[in-house]
Amino acid sequence: MSEAGQRLEVTSDQDVVRVRQLVRTVAVAVKLSLVDQTKLVTAASELARNTLVYGGGGSVEVATVNNGRRQGIRIVFADQGPGIADLGLALTDGYTTGGGLGLGLSGARRLVDEFDIATEVGQGTTITVTKWCR
Amino acid sequence: MALSAEEASRFVVLLEENQDDLVGAWTDRVAATLRGRLSRTELQRQTADLFKGFQLALAGGATDLAHEPAAELRAQLTELSGHRARQGFSTTETAVSVYSLKEALLAKLGDDLAGLRDYIAFSAFIDAAALFTFDSYVRVREELIADQAEQLLELSTPVVKLWEGVVAVPLVGTLDSARAQVVMERLLQTLVDTGSPYAIIDITGVPAVDTQVAQHVLKTVVAARLMGADCIISGIRPQIAQTIVALGIEFGDIATKASLADALRYVLNKNGSRKHRER
Repeated sequence: MSEAGQRLEVTSDQDVVRVRQLVRTVAVAVKLSLVDQTKLVTAASELARNTLVYGGGGSVEVATVNNGRRQGIRIVFADQGPGIADLGLALTDGYTTGGGLGLGLSGARRLVDEFDIATEVGQGTTITVTKWCR
Repeated sequence: MALSAEEASRFVVLLEENQDDLVGAWTDRVAATLRGRLSRTELQRQTADLFKGFQLALAGGATDLAHEPAAELRAQLTELSGHRARQGFSTTETAVSVYSLKEALLAKLGDDLAGLRDYIAFSAFIDAAALFTFDSYVRVREELIADQAEQLLELSTPVVKLWEGVVAVPLVGTLDSARAQVVMERLLQTLVDTGSPYAIIDITGVPAVDTQVAQHVLKTVVAARLMGADCIISGIRPQIAQTIVALGIEFGDIATKASLADALRYVLNKNGSRKHRER
């Protein structure tokens, strides 16, 4: 069960900051602990930047979810970019094609509770992450 | 909508004949909206100048604000809106300084159909002038915002001398590429200027340390090291530490401390023991 989310377009560096602020606001609202807030905000920052840098821009949707027992936040990052050819390689620590540290995608996966990635070469990439309140 | 040549000449005559009354009524209306935030004499001078501008433009044969004879008027409008924008007046308060001329004019035109036709034609010209004012107001405000953003970039990256031989950079807010560049340049220059062997980069005020921030900080540390300075990263709060571990970022052999005070103590101890050895 999920409630209507808030959607942001990501087309510039400023938008990444906006995504971070939105995620933080929602994280505080569902009473995530300070550590989990920071982890989720950092993961959102990584993935939003990936959407911008590798996906050529896209959208981010932030919604609160409830599985009956716990509240959580679900964030969907979607782009219509080139997609990821070798997912295994992209999720390897230290692998990068863009001059970064190569930890963004793999690190973000470790920062959240649920991580789902759907990608197709030439079609784009959609990443869905969820963080539950403990 | 442009004026016809006859309308323009009638407009000139109207302005000519009622100069004092129109300027007076116009000033009254502007003064009423601005509610004493500008002195009456200053307003009077501004409206009289604008009035002259309208007169000259129309007498010069301008039937549209974009025409050549209206260049002077456009310059006046730009100046007026620039003034208003810098003094913090709202867009309404700025536009009203031009629009009010319409109301002043209405009182001077006849009640018949011809008067109404003229009023509509004159209004179109004044509306164009007001829109132009509005445009330049927004442009000035945007320039102001861009200037402030630049100033903020400078302001938010101070390099301070903490102790003899110890400089610190307290980072606050978002560390994007532009700011990271400014920070690095400032820090390296300060290291040279002060001859400091130690630099502390404090990230207490950075809300989220992601891989990009980490990479910028690491690059700055490496650059400082190349110049022979030792860097300490301070302000790593518990939640940041856990996030960095989960992300898998490694700071290698770079000294990191929880607070700026810890970092300073660490540097002073190191410095002390070195002086000891030298003795």
